Amino acid sequence: MHELSIVMSIIDIATKQMQGSNASEIEEIELEIGALSGVEENSFEFAWRQAVKNTPLQNALHVVNKIEGVATCLDCMIDFSVKNLYDACPVCGGHFLNIKKGKELKVKSIVVN
Amino acid sequence: MCVTCGCDAEGSVTMHVPGQENNHDHSNGHSHSHSNAKTTLSVEQDILQQNNLLAERNKGYFDAKNILALNLVSSPGSGKTTLLEKTLTDLKEELTFSVIEGDQQTTNDADRIHATGTKVTQINTGKGCHLDAHMVLHALQGMKPVNDSVLFIENVGNLVCPAMFDLGEKERVVIISVTEGDDKPLKYPDMFYTSTVCVINKIDLLPYVPFSVDKVKENALKINRNLQIFEVSCTTGEGLNEWYSWLKSKVLAPDKV
Repeated sequence: MHELSIVMSIIDIATKQMQGSNASEIEEIELEIGALSGVEENSFEFAWRQAVKNTPLQNALHVVNKIEGVATCLDCMIDFSVKNLYDACPVCGGHFLNIKKGKELKVKSIVVN
Repeated sequence: MCVTCGCDAEGSVTMHVPGQENNHDHSNGHSHSHSNAKTTLSVEQDILQQNNLLAERNKGYFDAKNILALNLVSSPGSGKTTLLEKTLTDLKEELTFSVIEGDQQTTNDADRIHATGTKVTQINTGKGCHLDAHMVLHALQGMKPVNDSVLFIENVGNLVCPAMFDLGEKERVVIISVTEGDDKPLKYPDMFYTSTVCVINKIDLLPYVPFSVDKVKENALKINRNLQIFEVSCTTGEGLNEWYSWLKSKVLAPDKV
């Protein structure tokens, strides 16, 4: 359940941002979570519901932009989509990859009131 | 005129809506607050930034004192503490060690390390499933490891959660025992992806279990081609010399920045 730690960090970041803008409530928060970031969606949603209680994010809509995995094969230098870290290059079958997208774990923006 | 509310910043026209009194300060350009307006704030911040900053702080501490910090991760029961006990005892005369133990409950592991004569601090995470950089920072403040030494941080037995949390370590060592199944790297790829070293433990049990060392290596290298692999048995001592040589070579060669 590291998702709980992730949610707690999001609450910290959002609360600090909100306080800096003299707002009192967060209406919406936009997140970026990559498919290879190690965050399990169901666990995240479960942790979210419990953790945001009595925080400025209590009533906030959370929008999660899921980023699909993209890797570059360092032998062929081609880009292709990956679902798992152990996926092979579709051209050479090699595993010498550089993950370009899919590791994101980011708070993009918040809408405050 | 202010495009947000219609106020005239020059002072002649002001807007008032009863019950919605805004705090307008037009004295410096258009920086004024609208307490009833929605504002989108661009944040663009990594969710793990706080942990990563603290990890960098730990890293600076280790670099300055030439401490080789290793983060030991594995599932429960793979032999992390036994590997530590062996290493601490066998290399006692050659290297200086300290240990941070991470477990949800009990000081059992710290007691085992203490029995080897090594300086040790136990972190109990309670319900927590991993150590983070902040916990390690606090443990360091208490234990003050000496210069030119080796610090082992034994993480909570868990092949999932600790993968995401940088503690500031130089090397992340994932330990897998032959009783666990050779497909484990594929089942828990994040841990193998973020590790730098893999120790395959309990190889003395290979005759009794359907575990292929070649298969597990192949699977681990599919995820992380740079993984350095050791095969050891803490019971018979087989393979430990290679692990010790690697450890010693790492202490004696501080990083060039």
